[in-house]
Amino acid sequence: MSGEYILQVTDVCKSFGGVQALLNVSFNVQQGEVFGIIGPNGSGKTTLINCITGFIKMNSGKVLYKGKDISYKAPNQIANLGLTRTFQIMRPYYSLPAYKNLIIPLFSPRARRKGGWRGGGKLGDRGTVSIDILEEIGFERDSFVPYKLASSLPTGYLKRLELARCLALKPDLILCDEVFSGLSMSEIASMVPLIEKLQMDGITLVMIEHRLRELFRVASRVMVLNFGEKLTEGIPEVVMQDKKVKEAYLGSEKLLDYTFEA
Amino acid sequence: MDKVERRKERLDRGIKVRTEGIYAVSSWQEVAYLVLPRLVLIVGLLLLPLLIPALGFSLYWNKVISYVGIYALLALGFDFLAHFVGLVSLGGAFFIGVGAYTAALLNKSLGLSPAFTIPMATIGGALISTLLLLPALPLRGVYFAIVTLMYPLALMRIIEALNIFGGTDGILGVAGFPNRWIEQYLIILIVIFALFGLRRLVNEDIGLVFRGVKDNDQSVRASGLSITLYKAIAVFIASGLGSLGGAYLSHIYMFSGISLFALDFSVIPIAATVIGGGGTLVGPVLGCFFLVPISEWLREFGTLRIVFYSLILMAFIMFRSEGVMVYAQRKYHQFQRWVKV
Repeated sequence: MSGEYILQVTDVCKSFGGVQALLNVSFNVQQGEVFGIIGPNGSGKTTLINCITGFIKMNSGKVLYKGKDISYKAPNQIANLGLTRTFQIMRPYYSLPAYKNLIIPLFSPRARRKGGWRGGGKLGDRGTVSIDILEEIGFERDSFVPYKLASSLPTGYLKRLELARCLALKPDLILCDEVFSGLSMSEIASMVPLIEKLQMDGITLVMIEHRLRELFRVASRVMVLNFGEKLTEGIPEVVMQDKKVKEAYLGSEKLLDYTFEA
Repeated sequence: MDKVERRKERLDRGIKVRTEGIYAVSSWQEVAYLVLPRLVLIVGLLLLPLLIPALGFSLYWNKVISYVGIYALLALGFDFLAHFVGLVSLGGAFFIGVGAYTAALLNKSLGLSPAFTIPMATIGGALISTLLLLPALPLRGVYFAIVTLMYPLALMRIIEALNIFGGTDGILGVAGFPNRWIEQYLIILIVIFALFGLRRLVNEDIGLVFRGVKDNDQSVRASGLSITLYKAIAVFIASGLGSLGGAYLSHIYMFSGISLFALDFSVIPIAATVIGGGGTLVGPVLGCFFLVPISEWLREFGTLRIVFYSLILMAFIMFRSEGVMVYAQRKYHQFQRWVKV
């Protein structure tokens, strides 16, 4: 059973003081799929990712990654296993140029194991490899953009830089925390093929998203969280017809078309 | 009268292309542009011990050069930790004390010469300091500063209370340097190597990791790197520089005692970094070459010296808070011109 699941999350609980942020959340992610996590603001989506990746210590629960118990491990150990994450509020190294941002993940034990001591094996040093990764993620190689300071890059590029940091670790699973948020419609339109390409490269993705229309284009299954509890899980069309989901999003039984921009 | 609106336009000189660190060197002028500032610094430092007697200063000022060098090592360590790793360390006195006691004990009990005790005290002192600071590494900013400030105070009182390592008398009769030329030139060479070594280090891949820890430590963890490990490596480097200074000092004084845990060693490097310009590495070194001699020269004024000293510091912070070297580098790499708006 555990062979086909890359990530198995069982009964994760987390409370901050008196606030129950997560209560017995369980879900499984299959190898190679795009799994969506949706829910209203404050429903515990980001906390869930923080718990899985070790940034927050959960109160109880169990996380299996490739059948291996990773609950309560340190974030850097988890990242080195190939389970990476992006941050909702982008966390680039603002004082470094974009391509040098990637040298830091390329310096990690995992990247060094895969790429040799110079970072890229036969491909050159870490600087060359990071330019390659940036090109793959949508930075124009021959422009000034990869050489600009991260502090001077617009949001769209910073979101891509977040993904690029994950890719530098040669991940098997990426947890994306709202990669579409804050982007214009055209920027989102160019991000969606990127996500599809990552999936085709064999990377499993878990996506937290508020942009439901775009999410449903790529996700095969979604899970709905509300007030730290899992409401339902299934294919997007079915989930959005669920009465409890409509209530969570609109607070009443009013008609909800799932293409509505939540 | 027509008022012409003008503003100052700042332009990078043509030699700086694309980003910091990538230069197109194609003519001897450009090579000179790059090499000259470094050359002036190195030659200036090397000439200094010769210039002092030539200009009629007393031998005492030759001693001051060694002190300046020791403070410069501390300031380098402080600037490295504060501006490239994000750890504000007030542990200068701690590093000096640990290095001095290690060197003095090695010299007195094992009879090793300074040629061995100084390198051994550098590595040993760095190890001891890093191990003792390990519990404080998760702290950041002012919290780390406070904890590192406590270490020299605590260690000083522990030595006093337990009466170990000579207690309040300290360790007397530590071997000195063979002659004053070795004493001065060795420390100057060490400072030059430490300066250029650190400047290279912060632009290497591991240096980028250090800067990443300062910029965004959560991102570094998400990149699969342990921040505690890299902070420990950085503290090892900085405390190594401090311990080297401490070991050097104990051989200059031919003595090691609790006075080497004096807070001067924690505070003057910070003042030098403020004056010289933080994050430039060379700035704090030059700051020490300015501050330490002034502090010695002001001794003539007795207790008033602190007043003058504070006035100088206040003036710098109010009128040139970015630091001399940040200002100088900007002037060197950019030119300004007036343009009509």
